[in-house]
Amino acid sequence: MDDAIRINTPVTSEELKMLKAGDRVLISGVIYTGRDAAHKRLVELIQKGRGLPVDLNGQIIYYVGPAPAKPGYAAGPAGPTTSGRMDSYTIPLLEKGLKGMIGKGTRSREVIEAMKKYGAVYFGAVGGAAALIARSIKKVEVVAFEDLGTEAIHRFYVENFPAIVIIDSEGNNLYETEPPKYRRG
Amino acid sequence: MREIKAELIKEIVKDLFIKTNYFAGKDLLGKFKEAVEREESPIGKSVLDQIIRNAQIAAEEKIAICQDTGMAVLFVELGQDVRIVGGDFNEAVNSGIREAYEEGYLRRSVVNDPLFDRKNTGDNTPAVIHIEIVKGDRIKLIAVPKGFGSENMSAVKMFTPAEGVKGVKDFVVETVLKAGPNPCPPIVVGVGIGGTMEKAALLAKKALTRPLDRRHPDERYAKLESEILDLINSSGIGPAGLGGRTTALAVNIEYFPTHIAGLPVAVNISCHAYRHAEATI
Repeated sequence: MDDAIRINTPVTSEELKMLKAGDRVLISGVIYTGRDAAHKRLVELIQKGRGLPVDLNGQIIYYVGPAPAKPGYAAGPAGPTTSGRMDSYTIPLLEKGLKGMIGKGTRSREVIEAMKKYGAVYFGAVGGAAALIARSIKKVEVVAFEDLGTEAIHRFYVENFPAIVIIDSEGNNLYETEPPKYRRG
Repeated sequence: MREIKAELIKEIVKDLFIKTNYFAGKDLLGKFKEAVEREESPIGKSVLDQIIRNAQIAAEEKIAICQDTGMAVLFVELGQDVRIVGGDFNEAVNSGIREAYEEGYLRRSVVNDPLFDRKNTGDNTPAVIHIEIVKGDRIKLIAVPKGFGSENMSAVKMFTPAEGVKGVKDFVVETVLKAGPNPCPPIVVGVGIGGTMEKAALLAKKALTRPLDRRHPDERYAKLESEILDLINSSGIGPAGLGGRTTALAVNIEYFPTHIAGLPVAVNISCHAYRHAEATI
């Protein structure tokens, strides 16, 4: 990963504009976890006009439900889950200043349009590379919705978390540009 | 009648689920190696390298390969001359799951009610248990922890007999194309053909317990497996869906007799963490 771009959280739209689909990145700093159940609750809080348990401004959410950590480990295996399930909850979070998402799999057209509007980036981590990814997670704290267990919002302190820009803030999408190069027949 | 203690069944279930979540099988590691040598896409190669490295780390440190340690599916081939003693069979299996997921630091991913409560059961139970009665006095247990990134991309369709081989091929390929990057390619494709609707689905799941270096014994089905695999790998989806020649590692087909009017087909997808482990008591 010598060619990787190092980024530190929180991030700004200006910094993210420099990132293009296909760029390898190493993310350091704080990232927040969230998946189906936590997203549902965040959006319900927004709809009720209540405050959120975490300030999403400039932040990155990692779509993950980690496995428990063995004693002596900072984090258990923690690879990305399928992002598309979060699509219907994503736009209100982008409106609240969310700047990046890490996951795997396709995003809806609506989400991509909103990412362009709010200057956000969608990063991919390798699905299933959970033991490898866990090595970049140095500390874990549960910050909200503890009752959800693995689905609670965790704060991950990461160092050189490996990811790739799948959809950049202009809407360029690696899932659309790369596979046709290797299509046959 | 041979007596087998429920406690032994519990211990073996526990061991199988821990083992298969930590250690990628030789069949799978062999396929990864072939794939990385063949892969043309630089991103695809780098994804495969990460997948191989991940499997090494998981095995060395005895941690889960993937955080989605699955809903626990157990195939049981129960010899008719076996009598289970000292406890309830289903409870023994679920105790084994409970202990595996607790003591093995595996993720608890099961909710109690699919629609309304969706409250985590806290111990990854209940398991999905499929029992078949067979001859003899042994019990064979096949553990399949099933992740849902790939499970969600599965499909069943009822064809007419006239749609035949072409219908089956097109459906399997379409299902994989539609799934794209979501099921964590390179995938393994389980295909169940025949029987009734639920039988086809069960065959597709059972197909995902076959070692990857084994083809169907019937040459016609073996050929169909290889043709569908080629079509899938011509799609360009590639490792992690980021482009490349390795979209699937294998297509495993299982079939069963069916009705004169029907041709049920089920496609069950496994991610690259192709986990299956078996033991015979």
